[in-house]
Amino acid sequence: MHDKNTNLPARLHDIRVQVERYAREYGLDFYETVFEVLGFDEINMVAAYGGFPNRYPHWRFGMDYERLSKGYEYGLSKIYEMVINNEPSYAYLLESNMDVDQKLVMAHVFGHVDFFKNNFMFRHTNRKMMDQMANHATRVRRYQDKLGVEKVEDFIDRCLSLENLVDYQSPYVRRRADPKQEKEQTPKVAMGFKTDREYMRGYINPPEFMKEQQRKINAEKQRTKKVPERPERDILLFLLEHAPLEAWEHDVLSIIREEAYYFAPQGQTKIMNEGWATYWHSTIMTQKALTSAELIDYADHHSGTLATSPGQLNPYKVGLELWRDIEDRWNKGRFGKDYDECDSFEERRRWDKKLGLGRQKIFEVRKHYNDVTFIDEFLTLEFCIDQKLFTFGYNEKHQRWEILERDFKKVKEKLLHMLTNFGQPIIAVEDGNYENRGEMLLVHKHDGVDLKIDYARDTLKNLQSAWRRPVNLVSKLEGRGVLFRYDGREHSDRKVDL
Amino acid sequence: MSLKIKQDHARFRDIVRGRIKDNLKKYVQKGEMIGKKGKEYITIPIPTIDIPRFRFGEKQQGGVGQGEGDPGDPLSPSDEGDGSGQAGQGEGKHILEVDVSLEELADILGEELELPRIQPRGKDRIIATRLKYTGVSPSGPESLRHFKRTYKQALRRQIASGSYNFKRPVIVPVREDRRYRTWKQVPIPDTNAVVIYMMDVSGSMGDEQKEIVRIESFWIDTWLRKHYKGLETRFIIHDAVAREVDRETFFHTRESGGTMISSAYKLCKEIIDADYGPSSWNIYPLHFSDGDNWSSDDTRVCVDLLKSSILPVVNLFCYGQVESPYGSGQFIKDLRESVGPEENVSLSEIADKEAIYPSIKQFLGKGK
Repeated sequence: MHDKNTNLPARLHDIRVQVERYAREYGLDFYETVFEVLGFDEINMVAAYGGFPNRYPHWRFGMDYERLSKGYEYGLSKIYEMVINNEPSYAYLLESNMDVDQKLVMAHVFGHVDFFKNNFMFRHTNRKMMDQMANHATRVRRYQDKLGVEKVEDFIDRCLSLENLVDYQSPYVRRRADPKQEKEQTPKVAMGFKTDREYMRGYINPPEFMKEQQRKINAEKQRTKKVPERPERDILLFLLEHAPLEAWEHDVLSIIREEAYYFAPQGQTKIMNEGWATYWHSTIMTQKALTSAELIDYADHHSGTLATSPGQLNPYKVGLELWRDIEDRWNKGRFGKDYDECDSFEERRRWDKKLGLGRQKIFEVRKHYNDVTFIDEFLTLEFCIDQKLFTFGYNEKHQRWEILERDFKKVKEKLLHMLTNFGQPIIAVEDGNYENRGEMLLVHKHDGVDLKIDYARDTLKNLQSAWRRPVNLVSKLEGRGVLFRYDGREHSDRKVDL
Repeated sequence: MSLKIKQDHARFRDIVRGRIKDNLKKYVQKGEMIGKKGKEYITIPIPTIDIPRFRFGEKQQGGVGQGEGDPGDPLSPSDEGDGSGQAGQGEGKHILEVDVSLEELADILGEELELPRIQPRGKDRIIATRLKYTGVSPSGPESLRHFKRTYKQALRRQIASGSYNFKRPVIVPVREDRRYRTWKQVPIPDTNAVVIYMMDVSGSMGDEQKEIVRIESFWIDTWLRKHYKGLETRFIIHDAVAREVDRETFFHTRESGGTMISSAYKLCKEIIDADYGPSSWNIYPLHFSDGDNWSSDDTRVCVDLLKSSILPVVNLFCYGQVESPYGSGQFIKDLRESVGPEENVSLSEIADKEAIYPSIKQFLGKGK
C-alpha cells in the first residue's frame, strides 16, 4: 500500500537514509519503518487514536484530541514523535518541525522500533495491528449502524471501566494446565505407597495417612469443580467465557481486551523504551548526524525532553540515565562479587577494569528485561543519589504533597510498587458461583494502599451489568476487611474477616 | 486523511456540555485554572472524563519524584502526578511552561466559558480620534515619503526600461516613483471602566471564602481588562462599618463582629458620585458576602440604595454569595425578590471552589 518512501519529500528522504544508515551501523535491528509527514491537526488525531489512523468510534479519542490540540494551540505542548509497533512500523513527523528536529525524531524512532522488535515483552503482540485496528473499527461501526450509537457506546464505556482487569503476565506464562494431561493424572481414590507384602500395608500406609491423602484428592476435585479453578486475574477473559453476553457484546468486549493486551507491553517498558530511544537519538546525533549549525536547536530540544519536575518521574530522563549508567558500569567492570563486596568508597569511585563491555551489555538488557526487572536489577544506591530521587506522599495535616524520604530502599520499593501491575490494584475473580447463587466474588490483594472507594463502587456496577448477577468485592479499608456488593439495584458493604 | 476524529470530538463536547449521556456527567472534571501564579504562567483547564476503574486512592499512594528539596518540603500543586507508566502509546510529548499574558488568558477564559463580548456603554460617544497609517499613495508630503516603496518602484521602472546596470546598481527615483504614506482618522470610543470590589470581612467569612473571592475577582478583573483600556479598581471592606482599602488589605483583613451591608453600599455610592461620573465611566460594583446581614431593616436600606442610586448609573451590579458554615444566606433571597428582575443585576451563589467558573459565567454572561 505504501511504497517505502514516497510520502517523504526529497529533503527528508535524504535525512532518513542517512540516519537509518547510522542506526544500522550502531547495530540497531529494526523493522522497515514508514515515515509519514502530517500537519498538526492530523498528528493530533493520530496521537489521540494511540498512533493509528483508524480506530472504532468513541468519545474518549475526541477527549484526547481536544487535550492535544488545545495544548498545541496554546503553545503548551507539541507532539514531536509517534511510532507504532507494527511490521512495517509506522512513524509520524510533524510537518512544521525544523529539519534538525526531524533528524532527531528519526533517530529516536529507530531506537523504538529496535526495541519493539527485540524486547521479549513484545514477542506476543500482533505485528499487523494496523490492519487489526481498522478491522475492529469496522466491526464496531457495523454494530452501531445496527443497534444504535448510544447503545454500543454505553457498552464500550462499561468495558473501558473494566479494561485494566486483565492478566498482564498471561502472555508469558501458562496459567492453565492442558486439559488432557490433567484428566490422566488425577487419581480418584487414594492408593498409598505400593507394597508387595500385604502384612506391611498398615505400617507403610497407616490409616491416618490414607485419610489425609483422600482428603487432599477430594479437595483437588472440589477445586476443579469450582469456576474459576484458580483465582483468575484476566477478568475480561472470565467474562467472555462465562458471562451471558449477547453476541455483539461478546465481540466488542473481546476487541477491548485484545487492544488492552496489545498496548500493555508499551506501558510495562515505558522507562526502558523511552530511555533506549533517547539514548540512541543522543548517540546518533552527537556522534554522527549533527551539523554545527544545528547544535543549538538540538540541545534545546534534547534538554526539553529530559526536563524533570519534582512530582513526576520523567521516563525519558530516568531511562536514559539508567542505560548510560549500565553502559558505564559494564565498561568499567563495576559489577559482580568483587565490586559488590568492596566497601571502600574511594576504591569504588576509582574502580575501572577497562572491560569495555557496556555496549554489549545494554543490547542484551534491552532484550530480556521490562521496567520492573530493569529497575529491580540496575537501580543502584549511587544512581538514586546522583539522580536525586525521592518518595513523596500526601500530608493530611498540612493538606499538601510533600517530599517524604530519600532513603534508597524506600525509593526503590515505591518505584517498583508503582510499576508492578501498572501501579494498579491486583484483583482476581475468586468464585463465579459465590454462595452458590451465581454471584461473582472478586478479591483484592491488598498491599497497603486502599482502593478509591467511589470509583470501585461504580466499577462494580459496570461489572454487574456484564455479569447480570450480583457482584462482590472483598478488600481492606483502613485495615479492616470489607465486602462491597452491588446487586443490580443498590450498593451495600459489610465487614468480613480476612 | 479526513479527520474522522471530529465526530468523536463533537460527541465528547456534547457529553461535557451535558447534552447527552447523563450517566457520565459526574465524571467530568474541569481542572484548575490557575496552576502557578508566582512565575506568571498558568495551566490551561481542559475538561476530562475519568472513566471509573479499580484504582488506588491517590492520597495514600504517593510516588517517586526527582529533584532538589528536603523531606517535608512541599511539592507545588501542579506537580502532582501519578508518575507511573500509563498504558503508553509511544507518543513523545513535551510539556512546555509558557508565559501566557493576561490578554491571552482572558481570551482563553472567554472561550472556555463562552462569554459574550462586553458592549461598553456610550459606544456611540466619541471623545477622541487617532491617526492611523493605513495605506500608500503616489502623492503626499515629503515628510511621509515611504522610502522602501519608492525604491522598489524605481527599481521596477529601471529594470523594465532596461536602464538598470547590475554592475553599478544605482537607483534614481523620479517624481512618478515616489510613494507616500496615507492615514485615516480612527475614532476612539470612551472605554474607561471602574470595578468597585466590596467584601464582607465579618467574623463569619473564613479563609476559604476569601480564597474564592480572590480567585473570582482575579478572573473578572482579567476579563474586564481585556475590554477596557483604563480599568481602575477600588476596594471596600465592611463589617458593621465600611472603609476603603488597598488591594493587599482587601484580601487579607479579617475583622470580627456584625455585618451591615448598607454601610458598604453607601460608601460605594459616595465613591461613584465623587470620582466616576456615569456619563464617562463604565461602572462595575461587585459585592461578595456570606449573605448574613444584621437585620432586615438594613437589607431594606440596601435595596433602596441599589434602586435609587446605584443601579441607575452602573453597567452591572454583581452580588456573589459564598457559602459559609455560619451565614444564613438570607441576603441573596432578599435581593432576588427585590432587584432580581432588573436587567443589570447578576446574582450568584458560590458553594465552593468548583462553583467559581459557573459563577463567573453567570456574572459575565450578560455581556454588559
